[in-house]
Amino acid sequence: MDLLGKHGFFERNSIYMLIGIIVTVLIGGIVEVVPLFRMETVIEPVKGMRPYTPLELAGFNIYVREGCYNCHSQQIRPLRDEVARYGHYSLAAESMYDKPFQWGSKRTGPDLARVGGKYSDAWQVAHLTNPRSVVPESIMPTYNFLNHNAADLHNIDKHLATLRLTGVPYTDDDIKNAYKDAVDQATDGADAAGLNARYGEKVNVRDFDGNPNMVSEMDALVAYLQVLGTLVDFTSYDQAALPASAAKPAEATP
Amino acid sequence: MTSVTSGAALGTAAATRPNYNDDVVRLFVLATIFWGIAGFVVGLLIATQLAFPQFNIEPWLNFGRLRPLHTSAVIFAFGGNALFASAYYVVQRTCQARLWGGWLATFTFWGYQAMIVMAGVGYLFGITQGKEYAEPEWYVDLWLTIVWVAYLLVFLGTVIKRKEPHIYVANWFYLAFIITVAVLHLGNNLNIPVSLLGTKSYPVLAGVQGAMVQWWYGHNAVGFFLTAGFLGMMYYFVPKQAERPVYSYRLSILHFWSLIFIYIWAGPHHLHYTALPDWAQTLGMTFSVMLWMPSWGGMINGIMTLSGAWDKLRRDPVLRFMIVAVGFYGMSTFEGPLMSIKEVNALSHYTDWTIGHVHSGALGWVGFISFGMLYYLVPRLWGRERLYSVKLVNTHLWLATLGIVLYIAAMWPAGIFQGLNWRTYDEMGFLKYSFVETVMDLHPYYIIRALGGLLYVLGALIMTYNFWRTIRGDVAAAEPVASQLKGAVA
Repeated sequence: MDLLGKHGFFERNSIYMLIGIIVTVLIGGIVEVVPLFRMETVIEPVKGMRPYTPLELAGFNIYVREGCYNCHSQQIRPLRDEVARYGHYSLAAESMYDKPFQWGSKRTGPDLARVGGKYSDAWQVAHLTNPRSVVPESIMPTYNFLNHNAADLHNIDKHLATLRLTGVPYTDDDIKNAYKDAVDQATDGADAAGLNARYGEKVNVRDFDGNPNMVSEMDALVAYLQVLGTLVDFTSYDQAALPASAAKPAEATP
Repeated sequence: MTSVTSGAALGTAAATRPNYNDDVVRLFVLATIFWGIAGFVVGLLIATQLAFPQFNIEPWLNFGRLRPLHTSAVIFAFGGNALFASAYYVVQRTCQARLWGGWLATFTFWGYQAMIVMAGVGYLFGITQGKEYAEPEWYVDLWLTIVWVAYLLVFLGTVIKRKEPHIYVANWFYLAFIITVAVLHLGNNLNIPVSLLGTKSYPVLAGVQGAMVQWWYGHNAVGFFLTAGFLGMMYYFVPKQAERPVYSYRLSILHFWSLIFIYIWAGPHHLHYTALPDWAQTLGMTFSVMLWMPSWGGMINGIMTLSGAWDKLRRDPVLRFMIVAVGFYGMSTFEGPLMSIKEVNALSHYTDWTIGHVHSGALGWVGFISFGMLYYLVPRLWGRERLYSVKLVNTHLWLATLGIVLYIAAMWPAGIFQGLNWRTYDEMGFLKYSFVETVMDLHPYYIIRALGGLLYVLGALIMTYNFWRTIRGDVAAAEPVASQLKGAVA
């Protein structure tokens, strides 16, 4: 092994050893990461994905703050049991505006990628306030304080603007109306025309926590949970995703 | 050179030794012990919370905020200080040179502790980037970057001014650890703060790209922080304690380059069956399986260093700590490639099997090699002839080993049952168990796991007591000074 005999060169030259290490460790990362930035090969085009509304974004940030990702994944794998338990497997597009991604790595609790709409607002509020009041065997911590904290919306427009810097397509209009949109979304009977114009007709507009006196952190978090996994229009996705060869026999079958 | 010759002429070992900077090493040793206990105790608390949710105290002491506190405290505070302490000790001895940079080394100590406190306090208040093992927010990241560059400069500066012509193998590993962690840290923390006066920032990357970069970082926090750095420790302290040379120089060359080359590819095995493109998952799996080879090469090199001195294992519990550590290293680096195979991962991912796997590596390998290093260093750094009590070292060893056995013996079946329960169907083809039913089954395992953690904490407390008495200069009455552990002559 004469090659090993030449190793003395590195052992005598610390700078070359340093350069050798840097080159060696960069290769794998470059090969695996760089191709992912050709987005068209990574994220399938789907209908329905949109950035979070300001209130949902505030909820997303509470989800991150409380470390929910430590126990709940948001990534349904294409395995029979997961699709049966949680719904359609997760698509790359569904987390394209999640900064940071919330795929998680552990399911001490169930996956939440498609929890939106599965439970009522009242159930979510009761569960977060005291999980054991609705699921007696639950080991989840209580989050009663969310009911009493006002959602921090005073600079939510700055949050949208920062996200726009990182590539999330918020418009000037979105940013200018961010605070109003957040309050409107959490208010029963609010004039949501502007909100709907900016984020679509499907946006959930209601007093999520049942407390009309305050836009609470509970409002924001429940608004976020209720939109999870509901954005993509799967009727259009499944058609587009099927390869032509697979699609034809399916169409032929009555 | 004159001082060296005159020193040799005088015949005193001390006079030939460069004036090593051991003050900073002592500080890092104390910090290692302190943060180790803190991190283990928080681990015990969150283990208890999973068995008994009443131990959550909202909002500051909820599991979701404490879990990052635990992982950061044991990895970056305990592990990080152990790496600083040992790297600074080893690089001076193997280069025959005082640490380069004067006060810069002391700056890395206080700077690093400040980083730990800023990050940890932030978690309790919910200030987090929300990425595993990269939770500290942008201002802590910036500060750590400064401290880390100083660390690299001190270490590399000392290597450059070495008196030895060759760089010793331990230093290759320390150097790879320091430089690669810098690259990973910068790559995974590309964030834009909302306001320069606020704590919140948003990452530039989202979704698939964010996940890939996160696990490129996350897996190599394991590969370089918890493996390469601690292998540096192994390559110095095992030969020293065994008083034998490293088993194979050629194996160490192969071990080093193949380990650092292959490790970096393994990240995607954290993302099997996700929305990450298949080619990246397969690449990650392939390299993870390949990683078994260099890992076991390193294990063989460590264990076989005892070749011809196996009897020492019977007499020396400090050496036993180190060898058990290398054994656990071999075990978890076999288990890791196994779990990276997609079909196995389909079962193991998201379950407590992963937690068991991580802890056999963390408690067994990282913990034990660090304890071995500390038992070696404390008497020498404080100029004591020996440890206060060798018997207590043995007690620590057995308590901790039993703790690990309880821990992993609980988490393996817990994880496998959990994975199997999730995919159990009834005769009609429907899922048999609701999610919460699979949670209820874990309760006894979570209690056993917490007990294992308690034993591990007790062991560490005994070690701390032993060090306190050692530093005071006490010697346990029942143990004669001439017993097996001689110290002081570093």
